[in-house]
Amino acid sequence: MSFMPVILWTDALILALLAGVLALVWFIRRHEHLRAPWRNVAQRPMAMGAALVLTAFVAIGLLDSLHYRERLPDSPPDAPQYSVEVLSVFDALVGELRTQQEKTYSAPLATRLYAKEFVERGGVTVRDYPRLQYGGAHLAHASEHLPDVVRRSLIGLAQGLAASLLLFGLLAAWQARRARLVFGAWLTAWWLGQLGWPGRTAAGMMALLLVLAGVIMQLAAGYHVLGTDKVGQDVLYISLKSIRTGLVIGTLTTLVTLPLAIGFGIAAGYFRGWVDDVIQYVYTVLNSIPGVLLIAAAVLIVQVYIESNPELFDTAAARADIRLLALCLIMGVTSWTGLARLLRGESLKLRTLDYVEAARAFGVSHARIISRHIFPNVFHLVLIAIVLDFSGLVLAEAVLSYVGVGVDPTMYSWGNMINGARLELAREPIVWWQLGAAFAFMFTLVLAANLFADGVRDAFDPRLGGRR
Amino acid sequence: MKPLLEVRDLVTAIGAARVVDGVSFHVAAGETYALLGESGCGKSMTALSLMRLLPDGGRVASGAVELDGENVLALTERDMRQVRGGRMAMIFQEPMLALNPVIKVGGQIGEALALHQNLTGAAARDAARALLDAVGVPDAARRLDSYPFELSGGLRQRMMIAMALAGQPRLLIADEPTTALDVTIQAQVLDVLRRLRSERQMGMLLITHDLGVVAENADRVGVMYAGELLEEGTRAAFFAAPQHPYSRMLFEALPRAGDGGRLATIPGQVPRLDSPLAGCRFAPRCPYAIARCRSESPGWQTIDEQRVRCHLAGQLPALPPRADEAVDVVGGERRPLLRVDGLKVHFPVRRGLLQRTVGQVRAVDDVSLTIQAGRTLALVGESGCGKTTVGKAVLRLIEPTAGSIVLDGEAVTANGIDRLRRQAQMVFQDPFSSLNPRMRVADTLLEGMDALGVGAAADRRAAIVRLQQQVGLPDDAGGRYPHAFSGGQRQRIAIARALAVSPRLVICDEPTSALDVSVQAQILNLLKDLQNDLGLAYLFITHNLAVVDYLAHEVAVMYLGRIVEHGAAAEVLRAPRHPYTQALVSAIPRIEPQTGHEAIRLAGDQPSPLNPPAGCHFHPRCPHANEVCRKTYPERTDLGEGHWVRCHWVAAQR
Repeated sequence: MSFMPVILWTDALILALLAGVLALVWFIRRHEHLRAPWRNVAQRPMAMGAALVLTAFVAIGLLDSLHYRERLPDSPPDAPQYSVEVLSVFDALVGELRTQQEKTYSAPLATRLYAKEFVERGGVTVRDYPRLQYGGAHLAHASEHLPDVVRRSLIGLAQGLAASLLLFGLLAAWQARRARLVFGAWLTAWWLGQLGWPGRTAAGMMALLLVLAGVIMQLAAGYHVLGTDKVGQDVLYISLKSIRTGLVIGTLTTLVTLPLAIGFGIAAGYFRGWVDDVIQYVYTVLNSIPGVLLIAAAVLIVQVYIESNPELFDTAAARADIRLLALCLIMGVTSWTGLARLLRGESLKLRTLDYVEAARAFGVSHARIISRHIFPNVFHLVLIAIVLDFSGLVLAEAVLSYVGVGVDPTMYSWGNMINGARLELAREPIVWWQLGAAFAFMFTLVLAANLFADGVRDAFDPRLGGRR
Repeated sequence: MKPLLEVRDLVTAIGAARVVDGVSFHVAAGETYALLGESGCGKSMTALSLMRLLPDGGRVASGAVELDGENVLALTERDMRQVRGGRMAMIFQEPMLALNPVIKVGGQIGEALALHQNLTGAAARDAARALLDAVGVPDAARRLDSYPFELSGGLRQRMMIAMALAGQPRLLIADEPTTALDVTIQAQVLDVLRRLRSERQMGMLLITHDLGVVAENADRVGVMYAGELLEEGTRAAFFAAPQHPYSRMLFEALPRAGDGGRLATIPGQVPRLDSPLAGCRFAPRCPYAIARCRSESPGWQTIDEQRVRCHLAGQLPALPPRADEAVDVVGGERRPLLRVDGLKVHFPVRRGLLQRTVGQVRAVDDVSLTIQAGRTLALVGESGCGKTTVGKAVLRLIEPTAGSIVLDGEAVTANGIDRLRRQAQMVFQDPFSSLNPRMRVADTLLEGMDALGVGAAADRRAAIVRLQQQVGLPDDAGGRYPHAFSGGQRQRIAIARALAVSPRLVICDEPTSALDVSVQAQILNLLKDLQNDLGLAYLFITHNLAVVDYLAHEVAVMYLGRIVEHGAAAEVLRAPRHPYTQALVSAIPRIEPQTGHEAIRLAGDQPSPLNPPAGCHFHPRCPHANEVCRKTYPERTDLGEGHWVRCHWVAAQR
């Protein structure tokens, strides 16, 4: 084998989470009362558009979670040795984006470096902005720069449009077959918005994403689309790699939060008495400790642990990964209180309802009452909390990394990007693209998550009665 | 003379549904016009259309509403604000929700006075006190400074009426004004309304589902069904001979004294109003319907003092007089199935940092009951008297403070609870909160069998199908979720759930109070059939004495945690001895004209069980109370044949 698969801790958890989500989807599809609100979500154009953007982010994040180590080319076949660098499928797909490293900063789509250097020109050493090693290296003359960018953008646009047309055609044919309609009739229904789901929004959003991807791919082949950072790495690549970090923080933290919040919240509300008192004291105390302090302390402990046990971590990626996991854990431990309080209140209300009394009259055990009567009736709250918390956690990571107690400094993350850019903001002319890229990616992800969460909340909240 | 309020062809739509469809009626000054009908028939929507306070998406599509000759629908919103409260005012069903809990009632009444009569300061306070006096609030000056939560339900409703009167309206719309109140309080509030109407020569639009309330208060009656007015007439004519089949069936569905047989029921449900409706809207449920009814909507026909929309008006057979059948006596031996002795449920009241117990709420205080196999014992009383607590304590859903429960001659101990639960089950009041919305009906029915291990696991599915048939549920009900069922069907599911473990005693906690009259009749019939078929015993907890009369063999009347009168149903209801029972029976609004004894009206409210009055608990409200009653709690006075009361006055008479 020319490579060795590497499963980092977070990879394993992400895969487990993926399996869990798939199982949940399968379960929901078989239960009509669970399916109905999701169908309602699917009818909201805003939510569906946001869901498509989220899907794109998740796809990149998943590809970036399949890690491996390449075999060293000169290692003996019977005792293969592998590179210490952990790569992912995503790295393999983007190819040279990762390796095409410049010396230092360069602006987006630039052909020259951002700092002056001594260069030899016609036998004379002058101080000038040197040409980039990769960005625009194919250009013979500076005057070709703009036409080349335009040409590549147009090609990308055309490719994107072609791809979306093809995809749309395939999807339309499949949908028409499913709905037992003539293709033309389906198209008319689609155009008039009579499909029962927001077909036009979905198609438009898909086309937009594909065109964007086409243009970026065309440009990235010849330029650094979002410039390079201090050590000359492509900012686009860093931004894309940061997606995984953001998603991991957003999802795994929730995964830690949920059992704590659900378990303690329902237990406090259902059992009342001393159980309620203990749980309430615990979360009141936890709430009054500044979260940043706890997180800083926990991250420091993990850092010390890593440094005193170097033999446990064979690669730098494994070290960074364990720190990321620790961050998720500690953020989860500090952020379950809000949801727990909500669930406690709801359980307090539910336990007095007649159907719980009826179950008690049959002598049904507490565990069964909680799992069959209480939990299913607070589940919508859990779901709403998950999607609403996600965006908050992504933003929290950025803040924590900026403060310096977040993820490992070597890890690609939007927080680290902002932290790096902070030092260069005072430069004249300003180095804006690093901050701008982190901002744009984070903004897109969080906006999409929030819009989707809005749709989910509207569909699930019984007080809104599922109205549109 | 022009009527005070004239409504012509009013059509109100919410979205696609025409919730009020072509309703015309008029109300004269000093007259009470009652709109009668089951829930969902558009009565409240008619009232809200008059006030122009329709919910979102609702609008008056066409028609005219004239108040004193002025078209209310044409007014601007600004002028309308003067009309609302000033010329017509509304009283709502739930007084707790209609009063702002953080403003003193004096302030809330003052607000209306300032708006409509420009009174402020001391003048407003005097006016407010005069209003409270008018609605019969004792100690009016002090009550002005109370918050709504400090007041009882009856007082709150009086405050609502006082607020409505603050603008000196010409027309008072009362939307189910007493539905949330106990019978004795209902009687008080209705008396106030009647008196005010004649004193102030107001027109009154009374919206209610209760035929008894209509009979005692209305001058003219309009019956609504599915957004349409079906019948209209003077009270005397309407109650003497209701013309529309729907009105007739409402009468027949009513459980009445001495009725041994089955109640007439109205099959089916009110049609959905957002689908196009052809023909008479009642035709699908009407036993007399002919082909013409299904195709052609009937017009108004006048018969003497009545108007009716029915093709068969005047041709229907006369209503058969209700036979006074003898109450059928279930055969078999009279074996006590359940005996409760000295049951006490006290809830400690804790205060302060250390949660010290500072008092006891004596919800149930020394209650003893015996229920015989196959018989029904009704536990009657006003809300808050502890009757539901008795039911739950018997099932040990609430741990009793003291007392013993003997089931089938064997005492139930903490270890024997499973045996108790096999034998006794419960049906709850509200069919909407008693079923888990996230569980399929079959799972709901299976739950008890699984938990108690009834029958072999393989047979349980078959048992469920049998149960569904037994309670009259459709065969495919098991796979559906509760939201797919109507209130009556949900109550059937709840009954089936209780029956799933084949109990011998079912505790029914007001099983019909949340249901419409026609549905109530179905459920009562079902309960009676089940009793005959399965030999069930019922502990029937209710405040509705008419239902007791229909179903119960024995009655126990509770007041403030204690049983004050106990005996055979016919005897207790026909010849009540305890002053409280007498007042309770007297307070029920009756359809038949009152004869004989005059109405007994109780003053005041039931005291708090936290601090019950010394001596006989009832003495502060009792017309016969004397010095002894204030000092000692009365002992049982036996009147023979199991009839006993706790009353010094009765004891002294013997």
